[in-house]
Amino acid sequence: MTDLTKESAAPASPPPAKPEDKPSGGALAFLFSHQSGIVIAVALLVALAIGAILIRYQGVSPFYAYETLVKEALFVDGGLERTLVKTAPLILTGLAVVLPLRVGLFNIGGQGQLNLGAIAGAWLGYLFGGWGPLGAVIGMAAGIVAGAAVAAIAGALKAWRGVHEVISTIMLNSISVGITWWLVQGPLQAESAKVSHIPQTEEIPEAARVGSIVGIPVSFLIAVALAALCWWVLGRTTLGFKFDTVGKNKHAAVYAGVPLNKIIVLSMVFGGGLAGLAGALEAQGTLHRFEPAITGSLGFDGITIALLARINPVATIPAAFLVGVLRTGAGGLQFATGIAPEIVDLLLALTLLMVSIPVLGKWIFRSRADKVQASATSWGN
Amino acid sequence: MTEVTTPTYRGVPNEMLLDIQGLSKSFGKVQANRDITIQVRRGEIVALLGENGAGKSTLVNQIFGLIKPDTGTVTIKGDSTPIKDPRDAIARGIGMVHQHFQLVPVMTVAENMILGHESTRGGGILDLESARKMVRRLSEKHGLAVDPDVEIEDLPVGTQQRVEILKALSRDVDLLILDEPTAVLTPQETDELLGVMKDLANAGTSIVFITHKLREVLAVADRTYVLRHGAVVGQSDDLTNTTTTDLAEMMVGRSVELRVDKTPAQPAGVVLAVDDLHVKDDRNLMAVNGFSLTVRAGEIVGVAGVEGNGQRELVEALAGMRKVVSGSMMLEDLDLTKANPYETHHAGVGHVPEDREKHGLVGAYSIADNLVLNEFDQEPYAKNGVRQFDAVRANAEALRTEYDIRSASIAQSAGSLSGGNKQKVVVAREMSFKPKLLMAAQPTRGVDVGSIEFIHKQIVAARDGGAAVLLVSAELDEVLSLSDRLAVIHGGKIVAELDPKTADRTEIGRLMAGDH
Amino acid sequence: MSWITKNKTTVGAFVGVMIAAYLFYFISGVKATSMFAYAWAYAIPLVLAAMVGVIGERSGVVNIGIEGQMLVSAFGAFFAAAYSGSLLVGILVGMGCGLILGGFLAWTSVKWRMDQIIAGVVLNIVATGITSFYYKPGQQLPGLMPTWDVPILSKIPLLGPVFFSGVGVFATAAILATLAIHFALFYTRWGLRTRSVGEYPSAADTAGINVERLRLINVTLAGILAGMAGAYLSMDGSSSFERGMTAGRGFLALAIMIMGAWRPLRAGAAALLFGFISAIGNQLQADKIITVAPQLVGTLPYIMTLVVLAVAAGKVRAPGAVGQPFVKGDK
Repeated sequence: MTDLTKESAAPASPPPAKPEDKPSGGALAFLFSHQSGIVIAVALLVALAIGAILIRYQGVSPFYAYETLVKEALFVDGGLERTLVKTAPLILTGLAVVLPLRVGLFNIGGQGQLNLGAIAGAWLGYLFGGWGPLGAVIGMAAGIVAGAAVAAIAGALKAWRGVHEVISTIMLNSISVGITWWLVQGPLQAESAKVSHIPQTEEIPEAARVGSIVGIPVSFLIAVALAALCWWVLGRTTLGFKFDTVGKNKHAAVYAGVPLNKIIVLSMVFGGGLAGLAGALEAQGTLHRFEPAITGSLGFDGITIALLARINPVATIPAAFLVGVLRTGAGGLQFATGIAPEIVDLLLALTLLMVSIPVLGKWIFRSRADKVQASATSWGN
Repeated sequence: MTEVTTPTYRGVPNEMLLDIQGLSKSFGKVQANRDITIQVRRGEIVALLGENGAGKSTLVNQIFGLIKPDTGTVTIKGDSTPIKDPRDAIARGIGMVHQHFQLVPVMTVAENMILGHESTRGGGILDLESARKMVRRLSEKHGLAVDPDVEIEDLPVGTQQRVEILKALSRDVDLLILDEPTAVLTPQETDELLGVMKDLANAGTSIVFITHKLREVLAVADRTYVLRHGAVVGQSDDLTNTTTTDLAEMMVGRSVELRVDKTPAQPAGVVLAVDDLHVKDDRNLMAVNGFSLTVRAGEIVGVAGVEGNGQRELVEALAGMRKVVSGSMMLEDLDLTKANPYETHHAGVGHVPEDREKHGLVGAYSIADNLVLNEFDQEPYAKNGVRQFDAVRANAEALRTEYDIRSASIAQSAGSLSGGNKQKVVVAREMSFKPKLLMAAQPTRGVDVGSIEFIHKQIVAARDGGAAVLLVSAELDEVLSLSDRLAVIHGGKIVAELDPKTADRTEIGRLMAGDH
Repeated sequence: MSWITKNKTTVGAFVGVMIAAYLFYFISGVKATSMFAYAWAYAIPLVLAAMVGVIGERSGVVNIGIEGQMLVSAFGAFFAAAYSGSLLVGILVGMGCGLILGGFLAWTSVKWRMDQIIAGVVLNIVATGITSFYYKPGQQLPGLMPTWDVPILSKIPLLGPVFFSGVGVFATAAILATLAIHFALFYTRWGLRTRSVGEYPSAADTAGINVERLRLINVTLAGILAGMAGAYLSMDGSSSFERGMTAGRGFLALAIMIMGAWRPLRAGAAALLFGFISAIGNQLQADKIITVAPQLVGTLPYIMTLVVLAVAAGKVRAPGAVGQPFVKGDK
């Protein structure tokens, strides 16, 4: 051996990790690593600031507008209760996105699941109206089943046919709109509404409605309890571990004996059931019947809420409350200033935009965006 | 490659082609290259020798412009302007054959050859006819036969590598970089490649050649640099009087035992009986094609073969992760042919998967969770569907000590561990539940030498504890030194069973190549 | 000739469809012509939008945001035309909106490596937010979109009246875009590089191709086609803008892209098939052959999408690197 000149020059150090040594898990890792309470707060402030400029541009004082909005949502008589009634379905549609997303599925079908849940809840709530509170429970169960059933279609298509859930759930949204319109103008239309051609179902009797206990809506209590339950199931049970394992590394999940397809369908069934329940509660607690407008944008707001909550079930409660405040206050805002309530859509979209793009987190935490790998969405396979 | 040929040093004062001075590169806190100085003259074959993770690939990726150095200069033919990107490197006469072939699988050979420097008929319209001609001309000139119109994914790995080499040569290279070129080749194909390399060097092309296989260095290189922990720790300008042991010592920094200590096997009853197994791969082609084998308790059966001969599909099918088309698999008297991974595991099959990052671990989970990855729903780790974190932690602490998993704590994420420690987590999990059958696929790939020794000892210990062990590895040395019985796989079935103590490497090589 | 033997199924299917179409035409000329015309009108925005998907995914970027691009473009085109009094301005603004949102999607998913599905969904929500807030009812287009007849070709029976007479800007664009993208993708340098970037980006990178730049350019420029698809909806298809008027067409387009196996011509044919099945539904309804509630007939394309995807998925293969951001030096 010749020329062993530089022998032992290297000090002991850990072997260099390969540059591709990055956490796996794509969308999940992305959401966890690039958002925090601070990011969300800053995003909201920036969105409100941009909103203020737009409001100013419409000739209204932004301070007055925001003051009106908050007052209307929280401080006027019955305002808080209205906001909580609004928050309840939002928590549930938020959870409807959170649960499948923990498995790596993006359920944007909350809209359709809620729609079918609402008509099922309204119809059975009416049929069993004579049974009082038990009728209310049957209505809720019907909503859960309807929402779960439609979501199960998307889950099964994903699991066994590889159809991407974003496309299938959007298609099911449109299909559910067609079905509910047909039902509400045909077989399920209220007798009294047939003459005037109003698309609505029979009214649920007083005794079988979902009301409030000492000013707190029952629907809100149910939603909060379910958020806590989801948190416990995901964090503490073997089922939750299966969900997270599939979401973080589905190949390892298969290896570890987790039934991949079953978990995929189950997560969609849970999500759809929650969205369906949201619809049933809207029908039983707010409108007391089904009308096509019942869906509003509750399903799509669920996406915003889930992303704001960083797919943490408990965090959907404050996120949904925030959206609830904006949505409730928007009505009063239009009354007082003439600004269209769609300003809320814009504010939420801006907040969501800033929360989702990594740049904001980068500015705040100086974390490097190019370290991110986000490839969890199982597009194309 | 059996006998060591003596390289002839072409003592001519050739032109300095590549001159790297004081090059350093860090990724975050990890220093991948540290003050590296290397020179290559025209017509030389220079080997870069080092373990996985020694920084060899990082180094050559900087020569090829894929990554930029933090400090230091790379001078090519006297020009020390920094290399901007691969395009710049190619323009300056550097060609590279990557460890993972950089070929688009769904495109033809001709299309791959011209990608990036396409010949066009004007207006950006491709001229594929001239591309075909170029492929034929080059393939004739270098004696590397390929059909320009076949899609890459339909070619065997050895041919794909030929395409890679031709692709590099198509661009007037002065310096050809080969990153672990022999990893996927049979011994015979390896010899062929080494011959091509010598021809190229004689024609004036310099070659930088990455490997961790010592025999190849001695067979073909003029000079060698040894890398460890990102730095050049040794250099040999005359390989005539060098032995593999010398080189191994330089690589590891201490003397290494290249052989595994084990007592003769005491085989007992048949644990695994595979009969006429047929399994399809992801492209729906029959990858395992009539595979039959038995493994007894207390013996290690090694399956040797060139990668891509059905080993992956075989192991996945045995683990319940891939559907069996026909044939059967029995674990003692239990039929596992249609079993899923859950049933297979609980029947007593331990499985160290080939791709531990993909299958064996959830990188985002803690070490503790990974150590119960397939037992998390069993007592004592769960009761009535509720996880018992105290038991999970206790298990992790015990295994961390027993299997020497080096980490800050059991709460550390598995993804942040080094390759060797990741593998120890997998091995610990799969061996600690005392499986009847232990399947280990490529158990030491990408693992440092210290961990290799440890893992080998654990595999032998499992055998001595009465487990049947099925070892599948592309490293012939590993199979030869660990196995009690050796089976050669080719085209998805066993072509020969041999005694590893008496088997001849050339003979095994022929069998691996399907020449029997 | 060798081309025909190599593409037997395609040629066979084409000939079969043509024979069937003309048989139908000779049995009932008026009905056939109107049904095919309806099918083509239905297909135009889908063809344009599917091309956006094809270019994106062939480059390795999933574009879930086509829906949003179309919606904002429909909005921008309509109101720009209404306020400026010029149809041309409307079309240009529509294309510009698509381009800008394409650039947004490209930048977030390629440069910032944001999860592409999330980026697309966020884009759709932002599009809904903007168009709902600024929507003003009661606006009108300054006039109808101009149409013309192609000489000679418009005289061909069946094909003439369907494709070559009363031709508008968007129909022309849809046909030309499909042909041009097919040619470019398979016969040009741009196409070879785009496919390599979508299939195996690190191979492209080592061949000296700037992967991120090519993806950025492709996804951004494809936005122009999304803009035209959107502009068609509000300026040609209906002459008005409604909130949420895209009604899932951006997603239908992705289904069509998959059904077309990421090939422009096949995707064009798939879009026509969608249109034709819709036409059959309407015709059966109009002829009172079946009496299904119109609300349910309206769900036909969506149900069909699910069926098509359930059948097609697994039979066709997506570009290898679709949905994955490219990190340099990451093999």
